[in-house]
Amino acid sequence: MYLSVEKHKNNLLVQLKGELDHHNTEMVRQKIDKQYFEHRIKNIILDLRGLTFMDSSGIGLVMGRYKNILENGGKIVMVNDNEYVEKILKVSGLLKIINVYPTIEKAMENI
Amino acid sequence: MEKNYMKLEFLSKSSNESFARVVVAAFASQLDPTLEELSDIKTAVSEAVTNAIIHGYEYREGIVIVESRIIDDEIIVIVEDMGMGIADVEKAREPFYTSKPDLERSGMGFTVMETFMDGLEIESIRGQGTKVKMKKKFNSLKDKE
Repeated sequence: MYLSVEKHKNNLLVQLKGELDHHNTEMVRQKIDKQYFEHRIKNIILDLRGLTFMDSSGIGLVMGRYKNILENGGKIVMVNDNEYVEKILKVSGLLKIINVYPTIEKAMENI
Repeated sequence: MEKNYMKLEFLSKSSNESFARVVVAAFASQLDPTLEELSDIKTAVSEAVTNAIIHGYEYREGIVIVESRIIDDEIIVIVEDMGMGIADVEKAREPFYTSKPDLERSGMGFTVMETFMDGLEIESIRGQGTKVKMKKKFNSLKDKE
């Protein structure tokens, strides 16, 4: 699992690559939350395009960040063009509450 | 009738989640599945093994058993733990229900297994363990005939 967390103005850009399962969600959660709360960032852009695997542990991770951000008055959006990731996002109902864009630029424009 | 069988035993460590799903996917590959079918089976196995580690053994050390059987164009996968068992199986199957909300679990494990596979049976006895049986029919072989 490769994780990159960068600050872009008021947004935290989180890019995930590789396999997101229960084994590595805790590490990912800690890294995202540390940056998010330390830098008092409002919004999160979650780029899932590099994921080769994601199960419901990843859904739990996204739902948890969604709750934090709502409490903070911010917004979360996802970037994805991967059909396997989309399938699990759809099953979980996440697509009904979080918008997905094909590129980071589009996500930045719409956040 | 084409038949095959395999059995895998491993420690209930989270690093074995990827090991288990890759082994089952490799076993299933003799059915010549599509990439989507392979991805479905990996996801379902990952859910069942994660449940065994988090809920069955509650992070204590135990043995997880994965068995898989191929009968013609169908694969059956059984994931078993000898852990604490599920208090209410019907409740556990409900979408978004989790017995561990503090761990940020989505409560979607069984829903994902049900959606990604063609059949799901759960047998659980309190204090003795849980056995999850899933099956999936692969269509790719038929397409070639």
